Amino acid sequence: MTVVEKDATRTKDPVLVDVSWDPITRIVGSLGIFTKIDFANRVVADCRSTSSIFRGYSIFMKGKDPRDAHFITSRICGICGDNHATCATYAQNMAFGIRPPAMAEWIVNLGEAAEYMFDHNIFQDNLLMVDFCEQMVKETNPSVLARAENTPAPHAADHGYRTIAEIMRALNPFTGEFYRETLHVSRYTREMFCLMEGRHVHPSTLYPGGVGTVPTVQLFSDYLVRLMRYVEFMKKVVPLHDDIFDFFYEALPGYEEVGRRRMDTVCWGSFNDPDECDYTYRHMTNWGRSMFVTPGVVVDGKLVTTDLVEINRNIRILLGHSFYEDWADDGEVFVEKDPLGFPIDKRHPWNQTTIPKPGKRDFDKNYSWVMCPRYLHEGEHLAMDTGGGAFARLLATSLAGIVDVGYLKATGTSTKIYLPKTASKPEVEFEWKVPKWSNAIERDRARTYFQAYAAAAALHFLDKAFEELNAGRTDTFTPFTVPDEAIGCGFHEAVRGVLSHHVVIRDGKIANYHPYPPTPWNATPRDMYGTPGPYEDSVQNTPIFEENGPDNFKGIDIMRAVRSFDPCLPCGVHMYLGNGKVLETRHSPNFGPQP
Amino acid sequence: MATDTVPYGRKTQRESPVSDLHIVWITAGLGCDGDSVSITAATQPSIEDVLLGAIPGLPKVHLYNPVLAYENGEEFIKSWHAAANGELDPFVLVIEGSIPNETIKKEGYWAAVGTDAATGQPITTCEWIDRLAPRALAVVACGTCATYGGIHAMQGNPTGAMGLADYLGWDWKSKAGLPIVNVPGCPVQPDNFMETVLYLLYMVAGLAPIIPLDDQLRPTWLFGDTVHDGCDRAASYEQGDFAADYNSPRCLVKLGCWGPVVNCNVPKRGWMAGIGGCPNVGGICIGCTMPGFPDKFMPFMDEPPGAHLSTGVIGVYGTAIRALRKVTNTTVNKEPRWRHTRPELTTGYRPTTY
Repeated sequence: MTVVEKDATRTKDPVLVDVSWDPITRIVGSLGIFTKIDFANRVVADCRSTSSIFRGYSIFMKGKDPRDAHFITSRICGICGDNHATCATYAQNMAFGIRPPAMAEWIVNLGEAAEYMFDHNIFQDNLLMVDFCEQMVKETNPSVLARAENTPAPHAADHGYRTIAEIMRALNPFTGEFYRETLHVSRYTREMFCLMEGRHVHPSTLYPGGVGTVPTVQLFSDYLVRLMRYVEFMKKVVPLHDDIFDFFYEALPGYEEVGRRRMDTVCWGSFNDPDECDYTYRHMTNWGRSMFVTPGVVVDGKLVTTDLVEINRNIRILLGHSFYEDWADDGEVFVEKDPLGFPIDKRHPWNQTTIPKPGKRDFDKNYSWVMCPRYLHEGEHLAMDTGGGAFARLLATSLAGIVDVGYLKATGTSTKIYLPKTASKPEVEFEWKVPKWSNAIERDRARTYFQAYAAAAALHFLDKAFEELNAGRTDTFTPFTVPDEAIGCGFHEAVRGVLSHHVVIRDGKIANYHPYPPTPWNATPRDMYGTPGPYEDSVQNTPIFEENGPDNFKGIDIMRAVRSFDPCLPCGVHMYLGNGKVLETRHSPNFGPQP
Repeated sequence: MATDTVPYGRKTQRESPVSDLHIVWITAGLGCDGDSVSITAATQPSIEDVLLGAIPGLPKVHLYNPVLAYENGEEFIKSWHAAANGELDPFVLVIEGSIPNETIKKEGYWAAVGTDAATGQPITTCEWIDRLAPRALAVVACGTCATYGGIHAMQGNPTGAMGLADYLGWDWKSKAGLPIVNVPGCPVQPDNFMETVLYLLYMVAGLAPIIPLDDQLRPTWLFGDTVHDGCDRAASYEQGDFAADYNSPRCLVKLGCWGPVVNCNVPKRGWMAGIGGCPNVGGICIGCTMPGFPDKFMPFMDEPPGAHLSTGVIGVYGTAIRALRKVTNTTVNKEPRWRHTRPELTTGYRPTTY
């Protein structure tokens, strides 16, 4: 069980009120959150998350040409589609047995770095931070706003806002100065992306075997000037977010419990190193560890592996309370053993068969279109989260202590990020340290730091790309033929967390294809063992700090908990506020995960 | 006269006859929200230009889009209910994502948003369209999923997905007599969509005639030309110079580019701020704006059937023309002979004073 127990806070007889939000806005996709709030003890007693969209990629991809997979799967997500396209090309490269030229890898890495810079930026400051803006805090916690008015911002010299309330005002949607600045930043970072991958969000220039992008002095210079603008912007953004997050801990003692769960996180690694990565399964352990974001599974705060082969073998897809039929008895076995001879489970993505069975939404039976990916660790099917992506990436990279590229250094307990001098600011070093908690605030803080990480990584990739260019090594594509029979897997980090694609090719066509993006990991309903998904688990037991009662309850603390995962439900949560009707009053509290 | 007292310029900046216009934007088709994300990249005009009133003479615009909304849950969706009850008027309805066929199964839902207070069940996207479309001033399908079905309507799909015009009928007209406006693209090119919204705002303000649409209900000024018409690699097509693999910066038609027959302005306009695109920057055109997308263009990385013939024909002419141009190009790459350091003037001028 991965539930953090906080029963000690419940001293009064619970008064349970059904509160739900459907849809949760300011995310991508369709998410509903249904909760029972205990207003007597000011805590969330129960939470269910639902996704109300089914499209059927794994079904309609069967029989299609395997070269089409990256074009098709990009359309899974409208904000990180390129992560899918990239991950698909990784799986294609393995299945087709090809290794793209180094220049192609640097171009893809630069494109994906721009995606992190863009996507974290727009989500953080145009969607999520609206929960921390003046207008919202005024409506939910007027006393906190009053305190913010009189709290000087510790890093005012870096970002220009004198008080915490000034920062909050700058975050007001559309009218706030910082809100509008980040919209603008989200545009030039997407221009950087388009330089490398052609179009945002569904790239045009990616192929198995490399890219069609033409590497020129102009291409990399156009990227560099925009990147340096972003580097300068980061020197303001990181201190600004530190100020507001630190203020919440200080103004609302106990805020660390909001969205808290056990530190169980997964990261599949990002940014291949062309010197090491040959896309063979046999060498995946080695080239996985040479990625510029280290793959890693963290259980209860401890790094348990950085080996992608081991990770691959331990992924399980459970059914749980979702609208699908089980395939474990009748489904076809596509892959009996992995290329290293290790048996592959029936509930592994390579062997999954998707059988949709739409039905009424019933919280006692089935209530979501999301399946339940789990990580098998010491015999337990653990519900792992991605911490919204950035948190798990920084955690795995920091604890592994491998990355060391000049602009970035993982130390074993932290990651140091070096940003060079820019037009109006001197060089700066930021250090992300492994935090005490896996909670809403720390997931959000990690996002800001990872923006700086991505910029620093891009500086390294640019150095390498210029090296190739100046040496005349400008090939970007390795020709290939599609084999009749093959299997492949791709591991990548979508912006909001782990992403894997598993493909089986038979007779030159796709026989089975299962993409696992981050949101199924985070938004899973209760599985067949009754284990709640990370959203459910982290919202459940979240204390309520909002000053409003049931009549005008906004659920801001719950919103912050959910949004900290950067929900993206084309791969979702719905929350709606009922009429404040009291469901039941129990005299002997009986909480915890319910089947 | 009273107008004599009106200051200079005020008459040209008259107020819109409609003071407020609402945009109800449903992202809950079978889609990826990529079109909503895409419009945040637009700058011509930008979303904040439209919402903050940066363009003169237009009504004040109120947007109800779940990706960008301040409100959550019931507070958010009450605006949609208000529009459905006639309490939010006038409004433009924007649909994003393909429309599933909810009638092919016994129970449950393929796509839904919000919860029905009476039944506790999700409200399907189709129900929302049924409630809202009859009351809308105009209905806009945003992106290829909503316009024609797109990726989720691919052969073998389990949901029976289709485009909005397939669902409402191709002859459907809004209460103001307007057909559905289709702005395809996967995702929609950011400025193409915002420019269409701007046009509709001009119309509402009485500043523009009815929006010109083609047979597939696309704005003619955006989709009248093909990818090829605007592609800078079309020059290498004309010279019979085709890329043999993706390493080459030449025309990609033999590698799967459908540009010559696809209605889209992206290579000319770029993806955003004139940057990026498709064949112009090395990405084959996979026809993502088209009603036949994706099936009629798959497998994407094979040469389109007609391209074999057309490139063969152009190859003869183009290769000859390319050779001749090479000769001329060599000539014009040399400076004229009178530019030299010798102590004589050979430009043709005959000096009489030096």
